[in-house]
Amino acid sequence: MAVAPAPVRHAHEFTPQPWRDRRLERILGNLLRAGVLISAAVVLCGGSIYLFRHAHEPADYHVFRGEPSNYRTIPGVIQSVRDGRGRGLIQLGLLFLIATPIFRVALSIVGFAIERDRLYVLFTAIVLFILLYSLLGSGLTS
Amino acid sequence: MSILVFTGVVAIVSFVAGLLGSLTGLGGGVVLVPLLTILFHVDIRYAIGASLVSVIATSSGAAASYVKEGFSNIRIAMFLEIATTLGALCGAFLATWIPTNVLAMVFGFMLLYSAFLSRKTRTEAQRNLPPDPLATRLRLNGSFPDLAGKRHYNVQRVPAGFSLMYGAGALSGMLGVGSGAVKVLAMDQAMEIPFKVSTTTSNFMIGVTAAASAGVYLGRGYVDPGLSMPVMLGVLAGSLLGSRILVKAETKVLRQVFSVVILVLGIQMLYKGLWGKI
Repeated sequence: MAVAPAPVRHAHEFTPQPWRDRRLERILGNLLRAGVLISAAVVLCGGSIYLFRHAHEPADYHVFRGEPSNYRTIPGVIQSVRDGRGRGLIQLGLLFLIATPIFRVALSIVGFAIERDRLYVLFTAIVLFILLYSLLGSGLTS
Repeated sequence: MSILVFTGVVAIVSFVAGLLGSLTGLGGGVVLVPLLTILFHVDIRYAIGASLVSVIATSSGAAASYVKEGFSNIRIAMFLEIATTLGALCGAFLATWIPTNVLAMVFGFMLLYSAFLSRKTRTEAQRNLPPDPLATRLRLNGSFPDLAGKRHYNVQRVPAGFSLMYGAGALSGMLGVGSGAVKVLAMDQAMEIPFKVSTTTSNFMIGVTAAASAGVYLGRGYVDPGLSMPVMLGVLAGSLLGSRILVKAETKVLRQVFSVVILVLGIQMLYKGLWGKI
């Protein structure tokens, strides 16, 4: 029996099972792609309407006026979409865009729960809680 | 400038911002805010709103492929997000107590030093450190598709990384920028995570932090639809291209791009701090 060779120090020998959550990665990847494509499609729609109507007006962002409430709150945005306003549609797309990472966090909780990984369910739940806490205080929903 | 021309030019600038943002893990805001305010004379509040939109678009656009191809480490991201979101929450409160111009200057100097530090690639010995017990227990160690094949890595100095992430969150809460830079540096320099994993994991994380802030700023009327439309679409296209380039790019080149971008960010911060424009 030959003497075992001296151990070569490679990282993978120290971690017999590196964690690869392939399935969760694929699901989260698809969610992010779908979210971003849906919001891009809505923004593009709204943008076309907006440009069709206002293309030749001067662009002026030099002075800050703040957006009117129909571009600032969720009910306001929905109302302006109903009124057929292009900019309302853009804001709706941006709301989808903002919601995408938050959905990503929420879906991760489910993913880690399926893997029976309690520690990471807890971690992810803490993150979601902090996120929702800061969003609910923002006046977005009123 | 007519709205049509303005939209077109902003879309092109945003494309470049998204490309650089997705390659460096910094998001598009680093490039976008100074260009919008200096070149197009956009009010800083509109620029911040658009910048947050750009960060989410870069993050989500590029993350889809980074996550699927196994670059971003979702466990590292989720674990560290606790620190960044908490930090951002506290930073927003601290902003009224701390002189932000002094903070911007300190951050600026730190970035100049980091720009120099982050150019260096690690040696083979530094890449094969034994695993840290805490990192193993948290299941942070992983692997990614390197150019030469699959490469495993062991995460080091978890507490230091976690604390830096808290700082990254607090900075973004106070200054509105810079969280991506600290995220990449904390993972690359403190936790010794491979550079591509650091930047793509940062890219994955910044969307979450930005989403919370973007909601708040939209509620305050900072997010203008006419400005955000070309920004979002341009940045998204740029980030999709960037995510294709990163996969095949040499780490050395990516480090150089990163170094130049944070050098520019550092100078920006010093300028803002000195002239009190923050």
